[in-house]
Amino acid sequence: MPAFPLPRRALLAAAAALPLLPRTAGAQGIQHGGRLTVAADSEPPNLNPAIIASNGVFFVASKVIEPLAEASYDGSDGLAPRLATGWTAAADGRSITFALRPGVAWHDGQKFTAADVAFSALEVWKKHQNLGRAVFRDLEAVQTPDAHTAVFRFAVPTPAQLIRNALPALTAVLPKHLYADTDIMKNPANRKLVGTGPFRFAETRPGEFTRLVRNAEYWQQDRPYLNEIVYRVLPDRAAAANALEAGEIQLAAFSAVPLADLDRIAKVPGLKIYSNGYEALTYQLVVEINHRRKELADVRVRRAVAHAIDRDFVVRTIFRGYATTSQGPVPKSDRVFHAPDLAGYGFNPARANALLDEAGYPRGSDGVRFRLRLLPAPFFNETRQFGDYLRQALAVVGIDATIVSNDTPAHIKAVYTDHDFDITVATPVYRGDPAISTTILFQSGLPAGVPFSNQYGYVNPEVDSLIKQAAATIDDAERVRLYRAFQKLVVDDVALINVAEFSFITVARDTVANVSNNPRWAVSNWADTGFTG
Amino acid sequence: MRRAGRLLARRLFGALPVLGLVAIGGFLLLEAAPGDAVDAYLAGIGGGDAAQVAALRAEWGLDGGPLPRLAAYLGALLRLDLGWSTAFERPVLAVVLERLPNTLLLMGMATLLALSLGSLLGIVCGARPGSPRDRALSLAAIAIYAMPGFWLGLVLIVGFSVRLRWLPSGGIETVASGLAGWDRAADIARHLVLPVASLGLVYMALYLRLMRDGMAELWRQDFVRAARARGMAGPRLVLRHVARNALLPVVTMLGLQSAAMLGGSVVIESVFAIPGLGRLAAEAVARRDTPLLLGVMLLSAVVVILVNLAVDLAYALLDPRVGSGTGG
Repeated sequence: MPAFPLPRRALLAAAAALPLLPRTAGAQGIQHGGRLTVAADSEPPNLNPAIIASNGVFFVASKVIEPLAEASYDGSDGLAPRLATGWTAAADGRSITFALRPGVAWHDGQKFTAADVAFSALEVWKKHQNLGRAVFRDLEAVQTPDAHTAVFRFAVPTPAQLIRNALPALTAVLPKHLYADTDIMKNPANRKLVGTGPFRFAETRPGEFTRLVRNAEYWQQDRPYLNEIVYRVLPDRAAAANALEAGEIQLAAFSAVPLADLDRIAKVPGLKIYSNGYEALTYQLVVEINHRRKELADVRVRRAVAHAIDRDFVVRTIFRGYATTSQGPVPKSDRVFHAPDLAGYGFNPARANALLDEAGYPRGSDGVRFRLRLLPAPFFNETRQFGDYLRQALAVVGIDATIVSNDTPAHIKAVYTDHDFDITVATPVYRGDPAISTTILFQSGLPAGVPFSNQYGYVNPEVDSLIKQAAATIDDAERVRLYRAFQKLVVDDVALINVAEFSFITVARDTVANVSNNPRWAVSNWADTGFTG
Repeated sequence: MRRAGRLLARRLFGALPVLGLVAIGGFLLLEAAPGDAVDAYLAGIGGGDAAQVAALRAEWGLDGGPLPRLAAYLGALLRLDLGWSTAFERPVLAVVLERLPNTLLLMGMATLLALSLGSLLGIVCGARPGSPRDRALSLAAIAIYAMPGFWLGLVLIVGFSVRLRWLPSGGIETVASGLAGWDRAADIARHLVLPVASLGLVYMALYLRLMRDGMAELWRQDFVRAARARGMAGPRLVLRHVARNALLPVVTMLGLQSAAMLGGSVVIESVFAIPGLGRLAAEAVARRDTPLLLGVMLLSAVVVILVNLAVDLAYALLDPRVGSGTGG
């Protein structure tokens, strides 16, 4: 028997012929087959990722419907090809050409072609998608010279870097033959997804579960490993941890097991904790500031608030170490855009007190300089806990904050429509490019009622012009330079206060292999995830 | 029988204004909460632009004032149209009817457990009030009654699901099990053991107390003394004379408690991940889905009205002295 060079396929075939070896053993001893049951806390009725680019939708839909490219730890530009195999941008920034993967079929048997990409881009991402409506606003046409080439043409020069960074989250491709000439928002395929991904949509029982099954015709040889993925709806905070311990589910992503329970869960034999795999969906713990409030309109007061916060304490105590401190609006996990040289505001109550004195707000007889209403977003345990911490930290420098607790819709309305707050605790998500997720928090002139945008009354013409300039800059290096200058400016201004960057925790049985192996793992396709035994 | 029929018709007709009040009250309640369905939706998807927000408000009929919307809702209700759920993007009727059986099953089983075990143990206690057996059981009942249902649920999960692994920790049945017929029924029964215990034991304690105290009282009544004087004793005296009469307040309580039990099921359904009406109501409030919340409230009101009607009919059967109030 020749030792090598024997092709890998032949080796696998030979192994398959040996009766004693497991017929379907793959790389790293991963078996084909099995059902992976995972915890789900929400069940979006519309599961179409081309319309709703959100993690709740992606968690399920990313296994069924694929984007042009996925985020990757080691790929060039941080990407791994999916439905596109390559992309080249024209020097004038007016077009990007995508080479599409040949031999791909939709789950209903039809062939995937460039027409599907053109339709998805122009009719869905540009018109209906919550993020795509901004990023693809200037997309004028998509030409399809052949079945596997799509040329995106833009009305104005558009940075190729931005489009590349948008590929994982914004470019889920829909089957044109099911969506053309229909009401896209009400298409039945928004529930019963049809895609090209490694798993097909099988069934859903509202309030109970959603089940996906293996796509035997998947374009990637020998993938996926799993036969089924079942998303079990577990609304209670304690439920995921209990179900994991009881062996009823094998995986809980997005910190479905609360940080407070991790110490206990870590001791359970057979369970493994992953703190990576969310780098491309970093959440930022931020204090939003109402610049309309007289005291807070003074930058010295805002700096004082920033100096009052002990970021290391927050990371250590509230996040139990599963976070990093932050000084600016682009997280460290984005190595391209993050400005590493921001001075920021260290923990310094003495400096904060001095700044407040200087600003003309001396302590009254009760030790209080002025009062603020603090609205912690109810989205996470940690936002509420940080709200409590912030109240105490502000008390130290003579600011008396009253906590106003709301549920989610009430919070959204109070902050982003009514501007009825002084400071808040918020968690904006960073989505891989400042133009997608970050500039909207600082740009002025947005109408009231747009959630998660600058409803803070913050206006700096210099910032606005930098944002505008960067949006039209097509050179990668120049774009990076502009966005770094932008970060410096908004941090000097203390437009917002960035406190920490956190992502989520995944807890899984140790028999589940290939967990958290890309920066968007929980919302990627899980084609290579499987059981080892 | 004709009397029962008249009672039924009168009660059902009389229930209509109640349902109207439930609808209006529920509407105003949710209207008073700040933020609307679009705010809730946008929070879930991570935001959207101004044009999208306005288009959604128009599509979901949220751009008008509250009064025209209430009028439109009541108008549709008269045509038996419960409206459209924005949170589930489906008709309300379909969503609530899907969840109703699970809640009825949970409530029915919990009531059965509470009533049977409660009155049985109540009889054991009430047969000899003041005996050591009575004291021990009564004390245990008070301890159970003092426990919050959700806490009891969590304790049962940790004990029987996580540690012992005897019973499933949640859900109404094994997900995507492919079971059918009796196997499926057995599977559902296994899933119901812990939630039914969590919900039912609290009421069991209540019924035990009622039964026991009622019986303790009855022992001193003349007709019981008379029966004893006639030489009656043992189980026949306890059951026929004492227990049967003590059962009346228990049955009354059963009707009154049916509404409270619906409330308790909100918590139990969440703890045990059972897709029922209670959890649905909580979701409807969180998503500001007014038509869905009103649908749940109306359906719950109908259930409570029907249970009370059944209780009244049972009352008449248990105690011939009690008429239906129609001059009989």
